[in-house]
Amino acid sequence: MSSATFDLSSTFSMHNLDTAPPTSTTATTEELLEYFETMYTIRRMEIECDTQYKSRNIRGFCHLYDGQEAIATGINDVFTKEDSWITSYRCHAIALIRGGSVRQVLAELYGKHEGYTKGKGGSMHFYNKEHGFFGGQGIVGAQVPVGVGLAFEAKYNKKEGEPMNVALAAYGDGAANQGQIWESANMAALWKLPAIFCCENNNYGMGTSVERHTSNPGGEYYKMGNAIPGIKIDGMNVLAVREGMKFVKDYCANGNGPMYVEMQTYRYHGHSMSDPGTTYRSRDEIAETRSARDPIEFVKKALIENGLKEEGEMKEIEKRIRKEVSKASKEAMKGEIPPMEELYNYVYSEDGSKDKTEQQKFIRMPQYDKSIKA
Amino acid sequence: MLSSARFSVKNALRLNSRFMSSTTEVPVREALNMAIDQAMEEDDAVYVMGEEVAQYQGAYKVTKGLYQKYGERRVIDTPITEMGFTGLAVGSAYKNLKPIVEFMTFNFSMQAIDQIVNSAAKQYYMSAGDIACPIVFRGANGIAAGVAAQHSQCFAAWYSSVPGLKVVAPYSSEDAKGLLAAAIKDPNPVVVLEQELLYGTPFPMTEEQMGKDFVIPIGQAKIEREGSDVTIVTFSRGVGISLEAAEELATKGISAEVINLRTIRPLDRETILSSVQKTGRVVSVEDGWPQCGVGAEIAAMCMEDDATFDSLDAPVQRLCMADVPMPYAQNLEEAAVPTVGDVVESVSKIMVRQAAA
Repeated sequence: MSSATFDLSSTFSMHNLDTAPPTSTTATTEELLEYFETMYTIRRMEIECDTQYKSRNIRGFCHLYDGQEAIATGINDVFTKEDSWITSYRCHAIALIRGGSVRQVLAELYGKHEGYTKGKGGSMHFYNKEHGFFGGQGIVGAQVPVGVGLAFEAKYNKKEGEPMNVALAAYGDGAANQGQIWESANMAALWKLPAIFCCENNNYGMGTSVERHTSNPGGEYYKMGNAIPGIKIDGMNVLAVREGMKFVKDYCANGNGPMYVEMQTYRYHGHSMSDPGTTYRSRDEIAETRSARDPIEFVKKALIENGLKEEGEMKEIEKRIRKEVSKASKEAMKGEIPPMEELYNYVYSEDGSKDKTEQQKFIRMPQYDKSIKA
Repeated sequence: MLSSARFSVKNALRLNSRFMSSTTEVPVREALNMAIDQAMEEDDAVYVMGEEVAQYQGAYKVTKGLYQKYGERRVIDTPITEMGFTGLAVGSAYKNLKPIVEFMTFNFSMQAIDQIVNSAAKQYYMSAGDIACPIVFRGANGIAAGVAAQHSQCFAAWYSSVPGLKVVAPYSSEDAKGLLAAAIKDPNPVVVLEQELLYGTPFPMTEEQMGKDFVIPIGQAKIEREGSDVTIVTFSRGVGISLEAAEELATKGISAEVINLRTIRPLDRETILSSVQKTGRVVSVEDGWPQCGVGAEIAAMCMEDDATFDSLDAPVQRLCMADVPMPYAQNLEEAAVPTVGDVVESVSKIMVRQAAA
């Protein structure tokens, strides 16, 4: 069997990784021919779709994959049927190579019952569970969390001592800006799921080029995780917050873009009044924070220790403020309850200005004949 | 409102306990917990995912003790990221796991509604039967006490309009246990709309109902109280106030039949329509908004069915939440939702109508 060796030294760029794929590889004639046949079949199938679409034999949406054939083909060579794959609506090629035939794909597009999904799905909805193919999903970006769920299953049912099956969620550079991709990436990293976030960056999200839809220089989606600079600040120290925020504001105000800020602080109470706040942390932890890191004590100490105020003076101030708050509370308690009109005021604004509620012709009340009529 | 909800439940209990022997009082949250626990014991594919479901033991303690019993593999705290974890759970269901996704409240499910409607509900259809999605979305739904507009609303009508979803709304502990068990066993996405105000309310349960084989079939309503003069169709909190209203109406010589829908989708049309044909009058009671609400569907159903339409002696009455976002102040909040008095008045009015005719 003849084979050749190929240089790959300029085909990878790494980010936050110490290891990398090899800089060269060998492929046999047989392998190369197989890739060629697969890719050329995909190409011809997509061109046929184009023709038939223009002849009005294909309805609705139709997104073609020509130009991107190497991605599906290369991935498929590495994947087994037990690995999962989910992609967007640009899915004809994956449907084909994950257990389908050209005839099945085209029959689906022609709305035939013998089609891949019995004519119910059309261009955007192909599936083949037996071959680990989960679509064929029509909502931009929504397939990514779902794909991470496929990876979740792989970990849930992993066999001890064996590598896990993987799940690949493919999406375009346009979808890459969806918030839910970050949401699922966070969980995948947190739980070490065998999830592959595969951005097929074809330079355009519909008609918007990467330069116009991503803040990452050059649209480098593999660096998406940390393109924005960040600063961590002691949020219990008012001076650190002040100086830190001065720096942040200066950076952001001068056209340098956004910044992530993390304020290290602490919540003394439970999350809400129904949470005693003691089941997931210890009372010692709370007490320790109060005694060592309390933000108010910090200021008080700063004043006294630097001879700026006497301890007695500070006590007087505290006493006065306590009194003021108590008085305000009592006064507030004496106020009137809202009049009944407030039930149906401000559902709609009349003209967008403050305090101008639109007079509605009819507001349904629990009892129909007690409804409010203009 | 909280106190009136409790009051009505007490009355309902009195009614129920007359007919029951050897029962145990079980709060709704414990009945839900029991259903999840039994399902997890039986089937390793069942797991629980959501915010604060594990170490915190559930924001409303529905998942209490499950993390201790089943561990972090099967009881999973997520980041606050509804769209992400809902999509993730849906994906795992494509591969035959049976996730129970807890929304701390259904208000937050709006963040994830695309995944529920587009990724879960439609998958089986879109794949021409290749990929089912056995998943449960559950949590507190409907009105709550003093939490204002963003945290006090009913999503029954929203979810029940979606083909591919099933929607159940338990009232009692029996409902909660049986419907949740059925939801977990169901091979489709099921939305389980619980009611926060009822979580702590105890209802009597029999040994059989507490057992591991007990399920309430999805799609079957329950006639909570038989009557001959008027049909009250309701679900969730509305069942409590309707039963109390029926008791009061009985003292006025009016016999009200109270139907607890239990399932909002698919609606048990047969039970509803045959009851209305018997009584000739119908009042719907819900905590959702009026427009395109569950009551609107009941009314439309009675119009669309010839035999039912012909049997009507009075116009259909709908009781629902006022057509406004929920206000905070207690007096406004109370005015915005149906009360026992509203039900009694509505029924009394349509009874008078017959006397005049």
